[in-house]
Amino acid sequence: MPNVKTSVPYRGTPEQEARLREVIAQYKGKPGATMPVLQAAQEIFGYLPEEVQIIIAEGLDIPLSEVYGVVSFYAQFSVNPKGRYQISVCLGTACYVKGSGDILTAVEQHLGIKSGGITPDGKFSLDACRCIGACGLAPVMMINDDVYGRLTTSQVAGILDNYK
Amino acid sequence: MSRVRAHIMVCGGTGCTSSHSPQIAEAFEQQLKANGLDEEIKVVRTGCFGLCAIGPIVMVFPEGACYSRVTPEDVPEIVQEHLIKGRIVTRLLHMEGDEGEAVTSLNDTQFYKHQMRIALRNCGVINPESIDEYIGTDGYMALSNILENKIDPQEIIDNIKNSGLRGRGGAGFSTGMKWQFTKDAVSPDGVKYVACNADEGDPGAFMDRSILEGDPFSILEAMTIAAYAVGGTQGYIYVRAEYPIAVARLETAIAAAREYGLLGENILGSGFSFDIELRLGAGAFVCGEETALLTSIEGNRGEPRPRPPFPANKGLFGKPTLLNNVETYANITWILNNGWEKFAAIGTEKSKGTKVFALGGKIVNTGLVEIPMGTTLRTIVEDIGGGCPNGKKFKAAQTGGPSGGCIPASLIDTPIDYDSLTAIGSMMGSGGLIVMDEDNCMVDIAKFFLEFCVDESCGKCVPCRIGTKRLYDLLCKITDGKGTLEDIDTIEELCYHLKESALCALGQSAPNPVLSTLQYFRDEYIAHVVEKRCPAGVCKNLVQYKIDPNKCKGCTLCAKNCPVDAITGAIRAPHSIDPSKCIKCGVCMSNCKFDAITKG
Repeated sequence: MPNVKTSVPYRGTPEQEARLREVIAQYKGKPGATMPVLQAAQEIFGYLPEEVQIIIAEGLDIPLSEVYGVVSFYAQFSVNPKGRYQISVCLGTACYVKGSGDILTAVEQHLGIKSGGITPDGKFSLDACRCIGACGLAPVMMINDDVYGRLTTSQVAGILDNYK
Repeated sequence: MSRVRAHIMVCGGTGCTSSHSPQIAEAFEQQLKANGLDEEIKVVRTGCFGLCAIGPIVMVFPEGACYSRVTPEDVPEIVQEHLIKGRIVTRLLHMEGDEGEAVTSLNDTQFYKHQMRIALRNCGVINPESIDEYIGTDGYMALSNILENKIDPQEIIDNIKNSGLRGRGGAGFSTGMKWQFTKDAVSPDGVKYVACNADEGDPGAFMDRSILEGDPFSILEAMTIAAYAVGGTQGYIYVRAEYPIAVARLETAIAAAREYGLLGENILGSGFSFDIELRLGAGAFVCGEETALLTSIEGNRGEPRPRPPFPANKGLFGKPTLLNNVETYANITWILNNGWEKFAAIGTEKSKGTKVFALGGKIVNTGLVEIPMGTTLRTIVEDIGGGCPNGKKFKAAQTGGPSGGCIPASLIDTPIDYDSLTAIGSMMGSGGLIVMDEDNCMVDIAKFFLEFCVDESCGKCVPCRIGTKRLYDLLCKITDGKGTLEDIDTIEELCYHLKESALCALGQSAPNPVLSTLQYFRDEYIAHVVEKRCPAGVCKNLVQYKIDPNKCKGCTLCAKNCPVDAITGAIRAPHSIDPSKCIKCGVCMSNCKFDAITKG
């Protein structure tokens, strides 16, 4: 998986760290706390760099290896920052049989990045996702919270160019 | 309370929300207010109606007019014409079939006529965020009856057993037996858990999500009854984080149930206490496997563990745990309210009741359907689904997702139940039903599911971690046009080893899509290997795009859109594609207005 350590320097603010510590305090000692804390941390920071994982490990008093083990296991957790516009092309079965693989290729070509990557200017990041549940609109792509359905490859460039 | 003369039901499921149904609901509220009608006409945001293909859907009662593909701009017209002047806006009505018959009652459509809605009974009918509306449709009748009359837990379990209800998550184990095992299990400190599997991982299946979005209270009530029956003290719902609407509705529902004293300490003053907590999954297919799901709730990597011990004896945090799927729970109160006899009368000998399918892929009526067990695939695909769009030929239906198999067109009269699907090499699975037409390559589909399993294998056991990867590599070799007949034999052999030796259901069933396509579509594999040809024209390395010089008008649109400048030609003269540059993206073909570009 492309979930390797990022080269982007850590830019967490003291406010963000204080919010994280609050979440940790709220969950500490509860069984099964790791996942909810990581989910909250990803909300706060946008991703889970090593620095954040260390705060969580120390805060919850569990080994860092355990935190990293959970982070690297689940697709939702990312150790890389995401772009300003996060693109997800649905590769669920319903979308796939309706040609979402070609949509993904078209986006990759237009942006010059591969699935899992981010454009050098940090504007777009691209991921393939598994079913966002809008199968009636297949094939579907999401850019942040906007959903684009019933797509054809010829629409891709026009849609992406709307994001400046 | 003022009298409401009309109800506007706006679908608030994920599909319709994605196409702006929240803005439609707001537009209605604004327009009604502007016309002074907001007292007498009520806007209700419901769960999924099921017919996602024509969304966003708005139904106006009492007429039952079903407006399809509505936009916020259509709202003033509906308010002015329909709600003020009483004239239905026929141009927006859902039309069925070629005759273009406008539909005024959804129940009369082919799509709904063959259905029987038990698990989906409240979806699209009530406001899922209102506990009062749930109570108004017999909600909490079963629970209050049980607690008031102190019904013996064994009697409840016997009812469920007699109903013949089987787990709707895929494996089809008897729900009543599961409840019995958990009840009989001894917990030294008295703690038992009741959990709900809402980690709907099968890509292309969305029935659990629709139930959670459309009728969340029915799940809470069923879990509370289950807890009473098996001696549960705490509940967990493990739901996919990718379902934000379902999560929000569940949170609202849990808070409302607590406020009404239907959840928490001393429920309805009976002395019985039970509470439910939400846990969000983080995108791991294997967490739909029961032991992996429980490990994930514990906060760890969601790796499965060998069974026995089964969760009924040693589950969450080592305590006896009852784990059922969303759709299974959705049947519980119906059975208790209507009697197990009525439930057992529906379906086939060994599969009782109904099953919800998420119908998707190459089908006209994409959506959510609930049919009695034993309904044939033909009824689902042709009558309910309306067949494949654009007059294409039905080729196969895939059930059970990455763990299931493909059912070829020749077996379209197979009645759908747990055992008949297993017998033909597929499985019920959680209920995804993807339709494929002649343009889909079955080798490519098998490869698609295998790739999914490679991604999602947790890596704990070797057969799954390495076996799925090797299988995937072999399939790639075939779709790249480098395969040999021997590879097909190796694939089959590897499939059987994997089935025998993998630790959990993910690995054991990963070969199913390969084996079933090999069984029914072997000729396609052979065509890829021997003739180096992809009959459906999907596998890129075996496909060439060509321009028909007789049809090409030289409009240059294809050349302009080609991302790699592989197309050349003078204006108003036939163009040609340079195969060495072409990356087979298909953009030229989708842009051509003269159908001059073919692939093959």
